[in-house]
Amino acid sequence: MKKAMILAATLFLTPILAQADVIQERLDSYKAEGAGNFSAEAGKKMWTQVIPFEKKGEMMKDRSCATCHNAVPNTPGKHAKTGKVIAPMTLGSVSINRKGVEEQRFSTVKKVEKWFKRNCKWTYGRICTPQEKGDFLMFFKSL
Amino acid sequence: MKKVLLLLLAMMFSGQAFADEIFSTLFRFKGVAPMSNDLYNESCGECHYAYQAGLLPKVSWEKLMLVDELEDHFGEVADLDEEDRIELLNLLVDNAADTSFYKRSMKISRSIPDGVTLLRITEVPYIKRKHKPMTDKYVKNNPKVKSLINCNACHRQIDKGIFDDDTILIPNYGYWSELDDD
Repeated sequence: MKKAMILAATLFLTPILAQADVIQERLDSYKAEGAGNFSAEAGKKMWTQVIPFEKKGEMMKDRSCATCHNAVPNTPGKHAKTGKVIAPMTLGSVSINRKGVEEQRFSTVKKVEKWFKRNCKWTYGRICTPQEKGDFLMFFKSL
Repeated sequence: MKKVLLLLLAMMFSGQAFADEIFSTLFRFKGVAPMSNDLYNESCGECHYAYQAGLLPKVSWEKLMLVDELEDHFGEVADLDEEDRIELLNLLVDNAADTSFYKRSMKISRSIPDGVTLLRITEVPYIKRKHKPMTDKYVKNNPKVKSLINCNACHRQIDKGIFDDDTILIPNYGYWSELDDD
């Protein structure tokens, strides 16, 4: 029981402590990969940029981040296909995972990179550059 | 050995209800095997219900988990770290319908013709047949269900691998076993 309580407390506390570190670690790492200064403005611009997408059988033609998140993603988004509610992109946003445990956004490097990779491919048909990813993170920080 | 003895002791001294619980979980092979792997439930359950491995045969999972297939996972990008992909692939293959001795997995496996590789659970003949009474009003036009892919919308004990009729509660309609379908 004590073990479970410690575990619960750790799960509850670590994301809050880790989040700022994860974002800073990512920004530093992108710079090390050759990115310049990051701009929330550039991130915002790319966020709403609409990319023409054509493929037989697809339900939508044009794609942007806002297709599933929102144009101003400080409120929950909705997956265009599955309808699944997507937590806001704000730093304070949490989602409830399958086990009923709260999970904070940007709490692990693995997840941040996993979704950058998937969603850049879905939206732009390519992976994002370190510069673009940094700009996005600055945009989220500014929300 | 000591652990086993302790467990036996615990079972002997615990109440009847607890013993029942243990036995019903240990020796219940009626539905499909539940999935308890955290990596699986997190990786797949992030976007859709983390369907049990026992709902599709080995060949299906082998195809679904190919790198190229995950890049276009029914229109979505679902690529995984190579390490995770291999771990999940092994987990799925090891627990696939045609290697399971759970009742419904065996029925699923038997219903698929030889040489056919299905990618959708909803295309499994056994599952298709079972869902024939699920007309549009219950599924497609039911805002809380929408599609058969949302198994857990009605199968309320699905996490335990149980699909029995009396565990089906259709949103906006009620328990399937109590419905007078017209």
